[in-house]
Amino acid sequence: MGAIPNILSLVTFLPMVGALLILVGRFVAPSGQEGIARWVALATTLVTLAVSSMLVLQFDSSNAAYQFVENYVWFAGASYHLGVDGVSILFVLLTAFLMPLCILASWKSIETSVVDYMIAFLVLETLVIGVFTSLDLFLFYTFFEATLVPMFIIIGVWGGANRVYAAYKFFLYTLLGSVLMLLAMLWMANKAGTTSIPELKTFAFSPQAQSILWLAFFASFAVKMPMWPVHTWLPDAHVQAPTAGSVILAGILLKLGGYGFILFNVPMFPDASVLYRPLVFSLSVIAIAYTSLVAFRQTDIKKLIAYSSVAHMGFVTMGIFAGNAQGLQGAIFQMLSHGLISGALFLCVGVVYDRMHTREIAFYGGLTNRMPWYAAIFLMFTMANVGLPGTSGFIGEMLTMTGVYQASTWTAFAAATGVILSAVYALTLYRNVMFGEITNPALATIKDIDLRELVIFVPLIIGTIWLGVQPGLVLDYTAASVDSVVNAWHLATGG
Amino acid sequence: MPDLSQDLILAASELTLAIGALALLLLGAFIGEKSARLISILSVALLIAAAAVAATGPLGTAFNGAYVADPLAIYAKVVIYIASAIAVVLGGGWMQRNGIERFEFPILIVLASVGMGMMVSSGDLISLYVGVELHSLALYVLAAFHRDDLKASEAGLKYFVLGALSSGLLLYGSSLIYGFAGSMHFDAIGAYATANPGPGLIFGLVFLICGLAFKVSAAPFHMWTPDVYEGAPTPVVAFFTTAPKMAAMVLFARVLSEGFLQAHDQWAQVLILIALASFVVGAWGGLVQKDIQRLLAYSSIANIGYAILGIAAGTQQGLQAMVLFMTLYMIDTLGFFAILLSLSRNGRPIRSIADLAGLKEDRPVTALAITVLSLSVLGMPPFSGFWGKYYVFGAAASAGYWMVAAAGLVASVVAAFYYLRIIKLMWFDPAPAGTAATDRAPFESQWIGWACAAFSSPLLIAGLTWLEPLTRIAATGFGAK
Repeated sequence: MGAIPNILSLVTFLPMVGALLILVGRFVAPSGQEGIARWVALATTLVTLAVSSMLVLQFDSSNAAYQFVENYVWFAGASYHLGVDGVSILFVLLTAFLMPLCILASWKSIETSVVDYMIAFLVLETLVIGVFTSLDLFLFYTFFEATLVPMFIIIGVWGGANRVYAAYKFFLYTLLGSVLMLLAMLWMANKAGTTSIPELKTFAFSPQAQSILWLAFFASFAVKMPMWPVHTWLPDAHVQAPTAGSVILAGILLKLGGYGFILFNVPMFPDASVLYRPLVFSLSVIAIAYTSLVAFRQTDIKKLIAYSSVAHMGFVTMGIFAGNAQGLQGAIFQMLSHGLISGALFLCVGVVYDRMHTREIAFYGGLTNRMPWYAAIFLMFTMANVGLPGTSGFIGEMLTMTGVYQASTWTAFAAATGVILSAVYALTLYRNVMFGEITNPALATIKDIDLRELVIFVPLIIGTIWLGVQPGLVLDYTAASVDSVVNAWHLATGG
Repeated sequence: MPDLSQDLILAASELTLAIGALALLLLGAFIGEKSARLISILSVALLIAAAAVAATGPLGTAFNGAYVADPLAIYAKVVIYIASAIAVVLGGGWMQRNGIERFEFPILIVLASVGMGMMVSSGDLISLYVGVELHSLALYVLAAFHRDDLKASEAGLKYFVLGALSSGLLLYGSSLIYGFAGSMHFDAIGAYATANPGPGLIFGLVFLICGLAFKVSAAPFHMWTPDVYEGAPTPVVAFFTTAPKMAAMVLFARVLSEGFLQAHDQWAQVLILIALASFVVGAWGGLVQKDIQRLLAYSSIANIGYAILGIAAGTQQGLQAMVLFMTLYMIDTLGFFAILLSLSRNGRPIRSIADLAGLKEDRPVTALAITVLSLSVLGMPPFSGFWGKYYVFGAAASAGYWMVAAAGLVASVVAAFYYLRIIKLMWFDPAPAGTAATDRAPFESQWIGWACAAFSSPLLIAGLTWLEPLTRIAATGFGAK
């Protein structure tokens, strides 16, 4: 199979092409475009998935260098510089994988302004893939910031009752985080004389500079991640967003934070990473324990899963800054696996929400009686969320804990409570929603999942179990890149 | 000693405009009120011709150094004349629809353009003052152009009184500088300032800065802006926010970086205070506005703060950043006002922000254009406004003003709220029950608005690849530091 020239640009901008097609259609024939828009969006995301799968197949996983590099001079000293390594390529694939599922999940549940919705989603896909493929400081920032706009629109237009508040909160919170990053980027470009991320990774910033730059990037990514105590925008955004919006938010947008840490904080500021490691560990442990407890007290299913996302992201931040291969591998694995599992859980909530239009836990109960297939799927993802061996959730948590144990035994000990607490809230949720007799008469006629919903869940089930049984699939890809990051860290810090 | 013809060739673009304006005035007086449309068309042609003359003209100094034709002046003139031409187009249609069409309107804009051309080309304090007064007088009349309208008359009067005060400050500062330096020329003042840095000259400089800050409506000299913007006719405000601001900012940069480059440490402090105050007033003041034009006034104050930050850097990079930022900002604002002019319900123009609710239902393209322009002014990548801010903050940061840049960025997050509110109203909220559909949009303002939005949108981000080198050339030779 011959290599496609500029394949990364192709993957990045394919969804945008679909969006433009729909946009043109919207203005050429203003009415009756809903059906076409749905199919164009689905086709575009599937083609993007196909092209990104080809990308993964052609990728040389033994090579730690950036591959498929495209580098053109842009302006303002920045360049149009794309490339993927073993880490980013998997996030590209995750994005391309989740997007068609999101389109399918919105097939019926979105009834107003369908055309605009599909455009917003496709634009969002381009921007997110752009974040993972860009290797220039300002190109990265452009994509990273621009993701806020379609997400703001998605939450604000198609969200729940309190959507405006959630949309503002989401936008302003993350914008405030990232302006500090912009300032740090300007400083770095000025100091190092380059905006190329691979070159900046080898540039040795002084320890004082590192300690400030690290905080600036941390401010942005910690909000995105989100880490305790700047996580409060997430539950609001999740609860108000439409189902597919939540899937993208939890599945991909949160990962931008973790990816940012791996791209900037760890390799570029190793001294500062060692310096601030206790801070990250403390915040992560608090996130794991505290938000798990908060999740336990939620009455809204989506909010519960949102808090559980914050807790799981605590493992990721901990693993990234553990400073060893297991920790970093585990963090990456956990992000990918959480992308599948949390996405699936939000889709599960969407299934009952589409039928009953409420997410109150108290409203439900005894669903196993009426929806056996649904109950089985929900159980499977609940278990994966808890970290049952055999699912991908287990591998991520175990690897992170191993890595963190080497760095700080006490942190690992404290974080282990999170594993138990996650079982507590997840199983409680499952019991309250699924088991027992149906007491609410409204549920007497609720229907089990249909074919479209099954099609959405099957790939997620396969992905979760496959990664759980054969984690090497992912770890082989990331190994070379992770080793180079970890070696550079040890070289720089003398550890 | 250069002969006069040489000098006249250098000033050809202003001469074209001045002679043309007088000829048009005669023509208008001769034909009468019916001539308004013809004179509008001729004025646009005149302004475009002047832009072409300026762009192709030679470089040099004329009239014993009182007039400078350097790349900065030429760049600024081309931008200013084109913006003025667009203002004539926007205003002509609007005046006609409102039954107040008069042939003086385009001529006043041309006369203001002569003054602005003088401002950006001024090489000494006399031509600075003449340029500023020439354009200000035309602007006072324009503000009160809708003379039967109470608010417009109020705006004109308020603008005149405060403008006269600022001219006084400007003149007092100039006289102090002349008294201490013994020369009117920026070069000679610069040489004197290098040799004898003293408080007297700085004292005069501070007055000069205050006077100019009035003209660009930077805080704390911004008090007139919201009232004038609210009261004056919309196309006139569209003109106010664009060309005169550019002219005054270029003049600002020229005085400070030619005459007072050595005193950079002193005036940079003043400018930074002004910039910080503008960020704060612009961002927080805009949060509570209900009238779109008042909101845009606050947005303008905040954005002028960013431009001033570029000058405060005192470097060539900073000047380039200011020029690029102002150009991109002008395009965004022109687009905004053009769209505002194209929107009306039952013949009544849309004035309150809340009237935009549900706009996507009947005007989807226009709603999209407003979204693009709002995001651009707010500085979201990849819209063009982001790159303007990127240059300004980059310049400020590399000049060492980290904390000021950080403050500006935080203020931009606060200001983001009111731009988002516009987007929210258009896309999230349905139109209130009983709202009439918008009227058929006037051709010219709708297309100008869409074109400005297209320029700011990422599809034309490539536009910056040719604009950027131009601003780089314009800034050459400034800010030796």
